[in-house]
Amino acid sequence: MASRIADFGRYTHAIVRGIPASLAKEALRSCPSEVDVVQARREHEKYQEILRTTFGLEVVELPADESLPDCVFVEDAAVVCGDTALITRPGAESRRGETKAMKEALEALNMNVVEMTDENATLDGGDVLFTGQEFFVGLSKRTNQRGAEILADVFKDYAVSTVPVQQGLHLKSFCSMGGPGLILVGSSEPAQKALKIMQQMSDHRYDKLVVPDDLAANCIYVNLPDKGHMLLHSTAEMFPESLKVLEQLKDYTLIAASNKEKTKVDGALTCCSVLINKKANM
Amino acid sequence: MTTEVSSETEVKEKAEESAAQLDQPEKATEETQEEVITEGEEKEKEEKEKEKEEKEKEGKEGKGISKFLPTWLKKPKSQAQEAPPSEEAISAGQQEGEGPVPEVNGHTEEVEEKETVKSEQVKETEAESHSNASADTEPAKEESAEKSPERSQETKEEQVEEKEGKEGGLRGGGGGVEGQTSIFQSPLRLVRKAKMKLVVCQVALLDGTDFTCEVEKRAKGQYLFFKVCEHLNLLEKDYFGLTYKDNHEQKCWLDPMKEIKRQIRSNNWQFSFNVKFYPPDPSLLSEDITRYLLCLQLREDVATGRLPCSFVTHALLGSYTLQAEFGDYDPDQPRPLDYINQLNIAPSQNREMEEKIFELHKSHRGMTPAQADTQFLENAKKLSMYGVDLHPAKDSEGVDLMLGVCANGLLVYKDRLRINRFAWPKILKISYKRNNFYIKIRPGETEQFESTVGFKLQNHRSAKKLWKVCVENHSFYRLNAPEPPTKARFLTLGSKFRYSGRTQAQTRLASSLIDRPSPTFERTSSKRISRSVDGAPMISITDVERDTAENGREHRLDLHSDSKINAPSAEAAAADCTSSDTKEPTKTADVEIEETIVVQEVSKATQPALVTVAVDSPAIPPAKQETREQEVKVQEEAVVPKEAATAKQESVSSESESEDEAEYHPNVSASTHMPEVKEEEEEEDKVEEDKMADENMSAPVVASLPVEITKAAEDVCKKEEESKREEGQGGVKRNAEKEMEVGRESEESTEEPMMTPEEVPNGVALAEDAVIGLVGHAEKQEPKMNGETLLVEPRPQVICCSEPPVVKTEMVTISDTFAAQKTEIATKEVPIVHTETKTITYEAAQLDGNGDGEPGVLMTAQTITSESLCTTTTTHITKTLKGGLSETRIEKRIVITGDCDIDHDQALAQAIKEAKEQHPDMSVTRVVVHKETELAEEED
Repeated sequence: MASRIADFGRYTHAIVRGIPASLAKEALRSCPSEVDVVQARREHEKYQEILRTTFGLEVVELPADESLPDCVFVEDAAVVCGDTALITRPGAESRRGETKAMKEALEALNMNVVEMTDENATLDGGDVLFTGQEFFVGLSKRTNQRGAEILADVFKDYAVSTVPVQQGLHLKSFCSMGGPGLILVGSSEPAQKALKIMQQMSDHRYDKLVVPDDLAANCIYVNLPDKGHMLLHSTAEMFPESLKVLEQLKDYTLIAASNKEKTKVDGALTCCSVLINKKANM
Repeated sequence: MTTEVSSETEVKEKAEESAAQLDQPEKATEETQEEVITEGEEKEKEEKEKEKEEKEKEGKEGKGISKFLPTWLKKPKSQAQEAPPSEEAISAGQQEGEGPVPEVNGHTEEVEEKETVKSEQVKETEAESHSNASADTEPAKEESAEKSPERSQETKEEQVEEKEGKEGGLRGGGGGVEGQTSIFQSPLRLVRKAKMKLVVCQVALLDGTDFTCEVEKRAKGQYLFFKVCEHLNLLEKDYFGLTYKDNHEQKCWLDPMKEIKRQIRSNNWQFSFNVKFYPPDPSLLSEDITRYLLCLQLREDVATGRLPCSFVTHALLGSYTLQAEFGDYDPDQPRPLDYINQLNIAPSQNREMEEKIFELHKSHRGMTPAQADTQFLENAKKLSMYGVDLHPAKDSEGVDLMLGVCANGLLVYKDRLRINRFAWPKILKISYKRNNFYIKIRPGETEQFESTVGFKLQNHRSAKKLWKVCVENHSFYRLNAPEPPTKARFLTLGSKFRYSGRTQAQTRLASSLIDRPSPTFERTSSKRISRSVDGAPMISITDVERDTAENGREHRLDLHSDSKINAPSAEAAAADCTSSDTKEPTKTADVEIEETIVVQEVSKATQPALVTVAVDSPAIPPAKQETREQEVKVQEEAVVPKEAATAKQESVSSESESEDEAEYHPNVSASTHMPEVKEEEEEEDKVEEDKMADENMSAPVVASLPVEITKAAEDVCKKEEESKREEGQGGVKRNAEKEMEVGRESEESTEEPMMTPEEVPNGVALAEDAVIGLVGHAEKQEPKMNGETLLVEPRPQVICCSEPPVVKTEMVTISDTFAAQKTEIATKEVPIVHTETKTITYEAAQLDGNGDGEPGVLMTAQTITSESLCTTTTTHITKTLKGGLSETRIEKRIVITGDCDIDHDQALAQAIKEAKEQHPDMSVTRVVVHKETELAEEED
């Protein structure tokens, strides 16, 4: 709260979770696909390694739970802002159990944990875009109005605007923050439409960077005191054209992470971690 | 009624006497004392005045309770009337005093005398005797203003003694006790003649104290505001304003440009000093004192929950508050720990939060109060609801929403979620009509057409309030300079209401020029008097009084007298529409007021230009001409027994602009005359209007009263109000209504067929209310209605025919281009007022008239309403294309209100002259003078 902009992209901790074998067969996906769990785990290892070493975060890894095939996508289980964490009520019923471990982990980190208990509310963290100044909540298959209301109630300091998600799983399936005041967004029509809505709804001005591939717009921005702007993005192998666009970002360190297997089950880069800034907490 | 009226008159006189005294209270003191009066009250007044003075002095020096005390000095003096049983402190003897209350006469007199110097006891008195004391109405209202915070009675009495002691000389050595008890025995009379009536205003300040001062009864809002700013030593005052509560307990901003008296309801002279425009970046403020006041406002906003924030933010803000008020954290000093419980920091304050606050407070060591305030503001300004003024509304489907007006535009919330946002630059027009609020949105890059979004407000007052807030916020934050006053021009858009203060740009500039050493000021603690959520001082007696005096009682009184005067009509109305209930004037009026004035412009015209001036002057029976406010109200009530009640209140007790609709074009300069309507847009409009016409033709006919009737009623009220106002000024104008129609032509003028109200198919014209509507619409009626040629036939029209229960009038309403969204036209039961109308038409010779039946193509049409204190000018401009010629017709209707002895001819001449001056290239072709006489109670 104290200094939103300056702190944007500053993190100290990350919560991740292992990949259960059940991911291959049972994880939810929007289109049928074969997932190589071993390859996925390898990717995930790499991902965690980047968080740990490149970004210097303290990574808390929760054990995989075979009964929760989607549990690796921890982002959906909690929304963390400042020292407050909202434990969500995921839209997919099969994923509701994922929040338990997440809650414990956040409590262990001394976060101010709030649970979404309303049975009419659903919210996936993947639908929540925090810009540093406000929230946008995608109203999607997984997130409803009530869920957004509860989020607004929990994070009272911030404006919470709703954005209809017409295509893709989550709001962040086609956009993410590429830095303070910079929204990365896919070029598809629904993505552009959502961006327009966000721009209209906001009192703040955002720059946008449009990448050809929607999924390539999902990146992780980290601001390191010593290294400056860092952006974790999908590999050139996956989205060569989009990478060219991202390369236009000046003074950014681009870090590629392969996410191929996880994208088969709609997992984007941001989905696999919950980032926390404990220092900012008072 | 008669008797009461006369007594009321007396009252005024007396009040004037006392007012005279007020004028020079200090000098007067010694002499006045010697003059003994028979009526005890006079002396009381005098005393009160003195006390008030003292109070003021104290206010400047001291803080807190002592400030409030002086007001109460009055109280002990007239124990007889006060002493609500609940007050323990009041002695039995005082309570006994209540005994005489039933004595109507004595009472009323007492009450009346206090007109200028209000005191609670009067209210109480009234409360006791309200059933029979209709004459008390006015005083009652004034009394209600005087809601001094009630401390313990003892304190007051002590204070009284002290005061009396100081004033001992006056008393001839009489002690304070004497002062309290002997008031009635040793009354003094004041001989001085009144110059100006003074009233005592009480302003709740942000630090929880009250500021009391006297202002002339007819002072404008800004006078009081400046006084308050002076008291506060505040230079950057443009961010602030005064609020008052209307009869519906709604907080309203006091318009600085208007008389206070006409804005406040119930003569409740109580105000709050508040931040009106939250500076988006408080660090740009020049002075610490400004930031301090902003902090105080925000602390209140946060504590009441109006400015929601998270736990952490509550704690952080609280810690800065502690730092500012107590300085560095001192672990050895236990006081803050106890204190914090009483600090009002958050709506849900708990131990955990308090600990967090202390924890954070420790980290602010070394921070000066000013720095702490700055930090406070830096954090508060980031809150998403910072500076957002919320107004409950509904969307077209009846879903509850909140509309938030802020520096950047208009926000739409559903529950806590922002579901839409309209930045000021996106908004082309803001308007309201009845309880509907509309914004016209600039088309987006991909959109072709403008769109209009409508919201439903609770009632038309809310809609108007929202509209005004929008106008003000837009002006303040977006403009470099406020729009010039519209009355200077003939053709301006929207209501007269405009933001009158400095814009943010101007105030920033002014701030940068502030050249004074930082004023020292004392930061008072957050542990202030508890306030109600909206910031009004919460004092027990205040509430009680408000209940009695402000709402129910006063109305009852008004109505009481009303029914006496206008019983016949009221009863008649009741007979016809059983639902008409004069006892419940507060019902939300379903009033349709549609200003439709036709104006045509002819660029190369064969068309004559014409000016229609309709002067309407209800000849009020002689008895009523010396109207006191009370009577005035009576008339209003009679005119508007039910439907228009709300509208009436609005117009009566306050703003001179009582239009129920208005427009504001945020991005259009006020001087824009002809809207540049694109072809497509016009088409669109037409389509919409056609649609609307259908709707209106079918739907609202259900025994609904034409809008105009109610509107007229409102106008009448306004007139009354005006006449009240003008009384003091020597009554320039009496009730008069003028309608002017100005046409423009570049060539020669031809005769313009014109329709006078008599020709109107409505035929009836007995409702005085209908006057405006009739005149206004007569000219616009469709040929099919009256066989008259139309001025603007071809343009899309919305026609609404409806039949009022009693008044057999048919109204034809033609919407303007913007009216597409304004779908509702119907109102219901019509009050019957028997009037006589006389219409005289002067017409310039015209060659063809536009009765040639040649249909023109409407290019544009617009309606403009502007108002000044005593005139309402409605201008309707239409542009039609007719046989290759573009024709502009301007029809201007001026309602001049004033005293009955107005020189109508002169007023008319003046109006025409003005119209000519404003439009030298147009000629006046028609003047309609419409006079209206309200028949006295012959029916009875």
